[in-house]
Amino acid sequence: MDLVSLAVRSIFVENILLASFLGMCSFLAISKRIETAMGLGVAVIFVQTITVPANWVIRHYLLAPGALAWTGSEALAALDLSFLVFICFIATIASLVQLVEMVLDRFLPTLYQALGIFLPLITVNCAILGGSLFMVERNYTFPQALVYGFSSGAGWALAITAMGAIRRKLRYSNIPPGLRGLGITMILTGLMALAFMCFSGIQL
Amino acid sequence: MKFVLSILDKFRPLFEPGGKLGRLFPLFEAGDTFLFTPAEVTEGAPHVRDAVDIKRWMITVVAALAPCLLFGIFNAGRQYNIANAVAGAGFWHHLGRGALIVLPIVMVSYVVGGLWEVLFAIVRKHEINEGFLVTGLLFPLTLPPTIPLWQVALGISFGVVIGKEIFGGTGFNVLNPALTARAFLFFAHAPQITGDSVWTKIADPSKVAEGFSGATPLAVAAGAPKGGSVLTALNEAGFTLKSMAIGLEGGSIGETSLIPVLIGAIVLILTGVGAWRIMAGGALGLVGAAYLLNALAGPDRSPFLALPWYYHVAMGSFAFGIVFMATDPVSAAATNAGKWIYGFLIGALIILIRVVNPAFPEGVMLSILFMNVMAPLVDYFVVRAHIRARERYLGSFRRA
Repeated sequence: MDLVSLAVRSIFVENILLASFLGMCSFLAISKRIETAMGLGVAVIFVQTITVPANWVIRHYLLAPGALAWTGSEALAALDLSFLVFICFIATIASLVQLVEMVLDRFLPTLYQALGIFLPLITVNCAILGGSLFMVERNYTFPQALVYGFSSGAGWALAITAMGAIRRKLRYSNIPPGLRGLGITMILTGLMALAFMCFSGIQL
Repeated sequence: MKFVLSILDKFRPLFEPGGKLGRLFPLFEAGDTFLFTPAEVTEGAPHVRDAVDIKRWMITVVAALAPCLLFGIFNAGRQYNIANAVAGAGFWHHLGRGALIVLPIVMVSYVVGGLWEVLFAIVRKHEINEGFLVTGLLFPLTLPPTIPLWQVALGISFGVVIGKEIFGGTGFNVLNPALTARAFLFFAHAPQITGDSVWTKIADPSKVAEGFSGATPLAVAAGAPKGGSVLTALNEAGFTLKSMAIGLEGGSIGETSLIPVLIGAIVLILTGVGAWRIMAGGALGLVGAAYLLNALAGPDRSPFLALPWYYHVAMGSFAFGIVFMATDPVSAAATNAGKWIYGFLIGALIILIRVVNPAFPEGVMLSILFMNVMAPLVDYFVVRAHIRARERYLGSFRRA
């Protein structure tokens, strides 16, 4: 029940895109077509589900204060390596994305084809790093980290797919020339965030 | 009418391109087509042979809103007279007092919103149409009677400009402009639009009638003490199912009563202007979500969960929202199956936000805005499912 409410909360209430405004660059750039938006959304879910738990393991057994206690050495157990969190998380994300790409290319070529360029692009999506950092900040346990990774990715995918559909509808709109493209998308993102406010404050 | 027409035709060249007042053509055109059928006919096929254009369509909505406006005026005046213990106030007294409270709000909304509409029409050379008359009337009906007039002006400016005009005007917007305006006010100036004290104007705080609380049924139900019954709490505050349906209580101007909303709904459905699928879907969603929450209710949970669905219909602005706001043809889902889904989710979300989300007493505005955002996606999937089904159907012939 706790995990279900965490999932609902991170998809709707604390939507990583519309409440924290993370991952805006790819959201603005890739939402022109709904099909590609969905592709990127699926890729983010995929990567987020893998990297958040992976970073949890790294932090828990290597970086957190006293995390190295499992080695049995007192000198190591006294170490606090948490200043390495950023660099390690980025490295994990980048290398995991590369690994995933290779594995997919070898074993699931259709999915690899479908995700295409989006998989490597995700390395620089700040929602991915943001997800891992939120995981640290909120002290999630491993199952929570797994659920949070999946559902924050799902929330991001929901937002970008909705935006893709709206921009498809906007193709017929008569937007003032100065606002076409990014301008109207920025305003729309604000309006979407306004609509997503309906979930803010829900206590599960 | 012939006489008016001849005058209009006489002045037409003045406003046409090249004429002295050519820049003001949208204004002339608006007045002209408001009174008469436009002279233009389509030049290429297909020809639509129908007298109901977007102007007649929108003016139907304005007509359907009239009962709500009248009731809102009466109710605002009655609440004022009761709260301030005005002695000997009768029907006409209520109506007159209500007009003094409500009409300025409507007028500010029309004048300020109209200015923006005309400005954009002249600069961007598009037509002015009655879509604005609908937005300009819907918006004040969703406001509490005590709203400061400058906030009305601010809200309608945001709604018309950001909600509609920057997308190109009527027909191009994504969110409902009236609700965008209200949501903007709601988050920017919450103390004047929500709470127990905004629904009735108190002239002199020392002379408030005895026993007057100002709380709406929704606030009473949400505040029902744990372990108690929500129905008892409502009854103790003087709200029964019948009284809430009639709606002589505090609330936003146009939404308290079911009766004028039902009249409006009948007009909209009979004329085909409002989508009955959205209304029916919304009602189904409300009933479904209410039953779901009833099943979750328990002694250690909020008693609000146990409220039956018909109470949810009678209280708050569900009926007003689903009949007039959700059926806005521009921001709603466009496909038939999509309308069912869209309406259903609005109804369900309204109940969920009302009961589960303590941050907002009412969920109508935000759930409709949320589904406005999701409507294009719903349509996209409905169309895609339809294409798939057709492909499968045609494929079965090919194999045979």
